Amino acid sequence: MVGIKSYGVYVPFHRLDRTEIAKFWSGYRVPGEKAVANFDEDSVTMGVEACRDCLLGFDINAVRGLCFTSTTSPYAEKQSAALIATTLDLSRTTRTIDVSGSLRSGTSAVRVALDAVNGGGSGDFLVCSSDLRLGLPNGSKEMEFGDGAAAFLIGDSDPIASIDNAYTVNNELYDVYRPVTDQFVRSWEDRFVREIGFMKVVPETVRSAFKEFGMGPEDFTRAVISAPNPSYLGGVAGKLGFDPKSQAIDPLWGLVGNLGAAHPMVLLAAALEQSKPGDRILWVSYGDGCDVYALTVTENILSVQGKRSVERMLNSKSSTSYQKYLRWRDLVSFEPPNRPREEPASAVALHRDRKCGLALFGSKCTECGTVQYPVQRVCMECRSKDKFDYYPFADKKGKIATFSHDSLAVSPDPPTTLAAVDFEEGGRIMMDVTDRDVSKIEVGTPVEMTFRRFRQTGGITVYWWKSRPVR
Amino acid sequence: MQSIKDKVAIVGMGCTKFGENWGMSFDDMVIDAVYEAYEDAGIPPADVQAVWIGSYWSNLPAPSQPLSTTLKLDYKPVTRLENMCATASDAFRNAAYAVASGACDIALAIGAEKLKDSGYSGLPTDDIAMGLVSTAPNTFRSRNFTAPGHFAMMATSYFNKYGLTPEEGRTLLAKIMVKNHHNGTMSPKAHFRREITVEQVLKAPVIAWPLGLLDCCGVSDGAAAAILVRKDMAKNFKPDPVYVKAMQIAVGPSEGYMNPKHDWTGVKETYRAGQAAYAEAGVNDPRKEITMAEVHDCFSITEAIVYEDLQFSPRGRFKDDVEAGTFELTGELPINIDGGLKCFGHPIGATGLRMIYELYNQILGRAGQRQLKNPGLGLAHNLGGTPGGATISVTIVGP
Repeated sequence: MVGIKSYGVYVPFHRLDRTEIAKFWSGYRVPGEKAVANFDEDSVTMGVEACRDCLLGFDINAVRGLCFTSTTSPYAEKQSAALIATTLDLSRTTRTIDVSGSLRSGTSAVRVALDAVNGGGSGDFLVCSSDLRLGLPNGSKEMEFGDGAAAFLIGDSDPIASIDNAYTVNNELYDVYRPVTDQFVRSWEDRFVREIGFMKVVPETVRSAFKEFGMGPEDFTRAVISAPNPSYLGGVAGKLGFDPKSQAIDPLWGLVGNLGAAHPMVLLAAALEQSKPGDRILWVSYGDGCDVYALTVTENILSVQGKRSVERMLNSKSSTSYQKYLRWRDLVSFEPPNRPREEPASAVALHRDRKCGLALFGSKCTECGTVQYPVQRVCMECRSKDKFDYYPFADKKGKIATFSHDSLAVSPDPPTTLAAVDFEEGGRIMMDVTDRDVSKIEVGTPVEMTFRRFRQTGGITVYWWKSRPVR
Repeated sequence: MQSIKDKVAIVGMGCTKFGENWGMSFDDMVIDAVYEAYEDAGIPPADVQAVWIGSYWSNLPAPSQPLSTTLKLDYKPVTRLENMCATASDAFRNAAYAVASGACDIALAIGAEKLKDSGYSGLPTDDIAMGLVSTAPNTFRSRNFTAPGHFAMMATSYFNKYGLTPEEGRTLLAKIMVKNHHNGTMSPKAHFRREITVEQVLKAPVIAWPLGLLDCCGVSDGAAAAILVRKDMAKNFKPDPVYVKAMQIAVGPSEGYMNPKHDWTGVKETYRAGQAAYAEAGVNDPRKEITMAEVHDCFSITEAIVYEDLQFSPRGRFKDDVEAGTFELTGELPINIDGGLKCFGHPIGATGLRMIYELYNQILGRAGQRQLKNPGLGLAHNLGGTPGGATISVTIVGP
């Protein structure tokens, strides 16, 4: 039975109250919050987090394909999926694919994964969607867009939800679009976008899908319809004969915003987390066309729901300010700190360091068992040379041994919290602490690893890891 | 293993004013420090047989060869070296070892640094330091690095381990800074020469919690130099030469960054270098036998922890000595008599020799207002790197 074997989600720690934006611009007030990626995050780092959550407890060696989908990949030329595969320590023979350009890229990639799995012999396929879209300041898109990521593991055994049917149309339309040279998403006049775009294409496609599937609205426990906002969702749900209050709900828009390509993915994950075995789900995403799936939740759902990923990501949060948001997104020119310009990292050195730097492997001495990071060819404890196995730190938890809050260090989110992190299973790494409430950091605070963006120089983005209080 | 004790004598020293020396270049400062040392030793420049110059950030990448041009050295060997903030101490060590080996009779050690040409506040290029803390060179995969950020972690750990509230801990540290500022008012060559109060230290802007602005030393330019000769030649230059009793450097393998056994309430390198230096000098009870010390007070917490690492105070008890005034000018063991890094600032490559300069002047009775009565053994402690991975030199000199 082909379907979704696991789900993972990532929602950034920070939330921006929409009334903060409205107050800043003396504009109209829109309810709810949006999830805001920290200054050290991008679509790749959020994607990594979602994939790590998805793969928790699964054999990474069974992952034979990874598809990363986003409208905001950091590179126009250079694959994000290969970077993510290395960070996740997937096999070098894992197929990696980036799919971009559409808000439907995540659900379309699921179809690619289904075809690959149905084709046989390909093992599991990981599909990840992540987006960090920008609307121009003081616009409705800025109000609506949130940041986040989700991942699904698609395979042909033990799914938590089988994917029973799939139906797709493509549609050429300038409704929402962004040229590669632009930073901000544009759209045509709202009436056209609504009536000729979403409100026309989605009902038409879903009705055709119903016909093809031999089903109707009454066959589904839930309709997971990814819409840009609640008004669109309510409109389309009514047109299709779903009860907007029970069958077609979107808990995300008010809590985290419209997550772009990740929105249908996170929405389905949220639905799965609330589902019982036997529930049937209609899954719809829109963007340059429409993807429709019919899924049936299986008994296996009970074995993965314990991690409560969506609930945890939605509930662990902290409010940030619009000023910080503007700074984190580099939307305002600040007087630069009186410090030297950053030197570029060496692509050669980054290549040598990919296992230790991206996948966060240190070493474990085979003579005395001491774990250490970075890899020490000469053991710091017993001094034996070249007697070690690689040792993963990314999945380990630790505690803050000591820390400082450094206001001198240059950061878009001062002060920089620096800590010596001691891991429960041994080893220490000196790391920044991100996504933290300064007043709550103490000696002994439990932390976990999170993949982050560091310096960007000469077109090269350096990624590494930080610690964060356990979410 | 032989000891360097009483094999080498210092017969001349020089030191510039430390501070924002806008009107002086690196070369100007080197010339002033070195010519003061020549004059003090009473030797012509041509008598110098070998030169070691320490600098960390200045005139990179090639300060050795231009130095001969600056000083018009007579086709003699010149070597530039660095060892983090203990750079000048290592220049001194190399010169002392050369003289002790008999390979040369008269050697010159220089430490110099020009920080204020950079246009930056703070230390000039993080990227050099980043090589020290990055997990792999040239990747810049690293925590966000500043010196105060790292040293502040010692204060957090110390306060936590010994049950001090941040207020109690910060007040104790403030007293150390007040002491050094008081001493600095009597040092004509110091950068900062004013009294401060505990309240001012506590109310200063936070730089890296729990350290505030006045817990940190300044950023300065400066240069210092020493002329070293064989012990048996020393009295030809001076009736009362100062002798090197011990000269030890310990460079740690950065265990504090990687090993949870290291708890950031001590600097193991200081302890180890201190032990080695005490053994070399034949010191059994440092608190009683050392009569004065210049220690690396780059931050208030650094000096506090040095008291314990060098066994001047028992572990966890520097508090008692700070409250008793043990290390004040009039106390049992005066420390940072000239005002320390706190008042001189810290021109990275020069500081170690500035410390020895103070001990030298004290022994020769030239310390003016801050002159101690009959100083005996003096200790200079110079810290490079950060608490988790340091280069420490401990030098002991005496009459």
